[in-house]
Amino acid sequence: MAQNQAKQAYSPGTHPDLPPPVRTTGVLGWVRKNLISSPLNIVLTLASIWLLWSIVPPALNWVLAEAVWSADTRKECWALMGAPRDGACWAFIRGSFKLFVYGWYPEPERWRVNLTFLLFAITIFGALRENIPGKKYWLMFATAFPFIAAWLLLGGFGLTPVGTQKLGGILLTLVVAVTGIAFSLPIGLALALGRRSKLPALRAVCVIFIEFIRGVPLITLLFVASTMLTYFLPPGSTFDLLMRVLIMVTLFASAYIAEVVRGGLQGLPSGQYEAADSLGLTYWKAHRLIILPQALKISIPGIVNTFIGSFKDSVLVLIIGMMDILGLGRARLNDPEWLGLAPELYIFISLFFFISCFGMARYSLSLEKKLQTGHKY
Amino acid sequence: MAQTSPSTANPLLRLWRNEDSRGVIIQILTMVVLCAFIAVIARNVVINLANVGKEFSFDFLMWPAAYDIGFSPFIEYTNKSTHLRAAVVGLLNTLLVAFWGCILATILGFILGIMRLSSNWLINKISYVFLEFVRNVPVLIHILAIYSLVVTLLPSAKEALDIGGGAFFLSNRGFYVPSPVFEPGAGTVGIAILVAIVIVIGFRRWAKRVQDQTGRIYPVLWVSLALLIGLPGITFLATGTPLSWEIPVLKGFNFKGGMALKPEFLALWLALSYYTACFIAEIVRAGILAVSHGQTEAAHALGLRNNRTLQLIVIPQALRVIVPPLCSQYLNLTKNSSLAIAIGYMDITATLGGISLMQTGKEMETMIIVMGVYLVISLTISSFMNWFNQRIKLTER
Repeated sequence: MAQNQAKQAYSPGTHPDLPPPVRTTGVLGWVRKNLISSPLNIVLTLASIWLLWSIVPPALNWVLAEAVWSADTRKECWALMGAPRDGACWAFIRGSFKLFVYGWYPEPERWRVNLTFLLFAITIFGALRENIPGKKYWLMFATAFPFIAAWLLLGGFGLTPVGTQKLGGILLTLVVAVTGIAFSLPIGLALALGRRSKLPALRAVCVIFIEFIRGVPLITLLFVASTMLTYFLPPGSTFDLLMRVLIMVTLFASAYIAEVVRGGLQGLPSGQYEAADSLGLTYWKAHRLIILPQALKISIPGIVNTFIGSFKDSVLVLIIGMMDILGLGRARLNDPEWLGLAPELYIFISLFFFISCFGMARYSLSLEKKLQTGHKY
Repeated sequence: MAQTSPSTANPLLRLWRNEDSRGVIIQILTMVVLCAFIAVIARNVVINLANVGKEFSFDFLMWPAAYDIGFSPFIEYTNKSTHLRAAVVGLLNTLLVAFWGCILATILGFILGIMRLSSNWLINKISYVFLEFVRNVPVLIHILAIYSLVVTLLPSAKEALDIGGGAFFLSNRGFYVPSPVFEPGAGTVGIAILVAIVIVIGFRRWAKRVQDQTGRIYPVLWVSLALLIGLPGITFLATGTPLSWEIPVLKGFNFKGGMALKPEFLALWLALSYYTACFIAEIVRAGILAVSHGQTEAAHALGLRNNRTLQLIVIPQALRVIVPPLCSQYLNLTKNSSLAIAIGYMDITATLGGISLMQTGKEMETMIIVMGVYLVISLTISSFMNWFNQRIKLTER
């Protein structure tokens, strides 16, 4: 009754909004809605809390609280803890950090590696920023970057030559991954156009190539590179192992890029092709001005995913004996002073890959969102 | 018009300007370049092989492979067997880990995908963190890390963990489980299982036809289950339980008897499964989200109960979205199983493409076979995928 009287004090439609019930807002409302909305959810919440409670504090304890950051051997590490293996021995990673980054690159020449890393960062920054003045020049620089990097790293033309077998660690991982990424894009694009071509012979060649590469594991292609490829070359000529591997990694990635781009080309409404034809544009003009800009835009998320895959696949070179970050790390594990520190090593390398790949994935996601708003078919 | 007249005078240029003839010219050029390329490579191969005194032949497959394979659960293999036999052992091991990997990956993937859709914030976030972490780290690192965990964390065979009544043991030598021993009469049970399957298929068809014609619904699930369990069960008892279990027993430093899942197999299987499961989870999530809520509401409006809605409306439509990318994940898992070589699990890449290659020096021949095997597996899976796509394709009117 009391409520009724209070209501009557207002003429219809003039009652000021009441605050929402306490139980549906704020922390309490959030907890009710997201954690304890049904009996099943209560059980799941309790199970999750138990899981987190039994994993996170011990893990943090091992990784941070009990960890030792500076020591010369694992025995020293363990002496600094309550009991051996109570904490992580990050001293192992710290002590080998330079080796992990530069491989066996000669000490006095390491500024070249640093400069390459710096240029790489600048390239990425310039190529990825949307509204950067002089975008065209940034892209031109990005195209030239692999060649500049090759010159800086391998020397020649005024710089002391450094053999490719000196490359190792993160440097080698990046060289393999970035080369694969940089050169697979144009080749993949050409393959995709070839597969969509009206000319049967051209199409057949592209289809066979793409399906062959996609049908076999990368590791077999790397075996081909390391054992068999020399037979294909003119007698007497030798070919650097790194180069052979780079060729295979690039071909492998380009087959996947080709399929992604083909998806983009097929995803384009056929009206776009017809419009280009009716304007009287030639094949190349139509593709350059109308088809490819749109098709590539649709396929950017897929392309970035392929890049992530190619980055992750670069660790496979360890199987044919190249010392990338994983190979070098595993070699260090056999060092008697650091025997048995596999968890530290794998955590460190996992973090390196996670940060790189997750960053790329987030970028692709944000790009996808940005592009979606521009298109409403 | 004026500017075309000088060029039309040149017949070659005229040919080039004509779209049809230009197409022919480009194709002929492509084929010529390709053939020349292949010819040069073939010539190089012949000369190079002659230089190192090798001969291109597959005879080596019949040579004895003088190496051991620690894990050959299906066929007999000793180091006196041929390279061909080693290759078959490797192929079977590849198929074994791929098969069980696909099954475990599917189960884990569906669980993770549904967890990712959960309205429970904690479950949702835990699965998100797990998915993102696993997906963004190379599978090789997962395999190596799991392998080193299995080998270092598990106790030695002497102190093996007894999980399950003195019949299941977990140690760093592997996971030991009882192995079935078939006695005479087991074949009858096998036949009974086959008969039950055939009857169930027939019954389901008949029930569907009756439902289509009259609308009468039979309890297909329960009848099928009763047939599948009952018929073999009765035969099993009638023939005097022709099956016993051989239980692994610790003798000396290792277990004797029973079946062993080697640590290499365990590590590879687990790592491949949860890595692939994380990709499957995204596929499942996308598939379920792809079925619009209107479909569920329409089903409810027609009076279907919740489980019937799920079974008849949501799942069939979600599967149409899920199955094609799921198949390509199976393909990826199979191809990734070639990383077995890193931890010494003897799959085809490790036997034929690894040790046999090194021993015989037949790089070309072994790699051709290995690649051919993977290509056949890939083509089989993708042709199944195409067949399935055709079958479930939305028939638009």
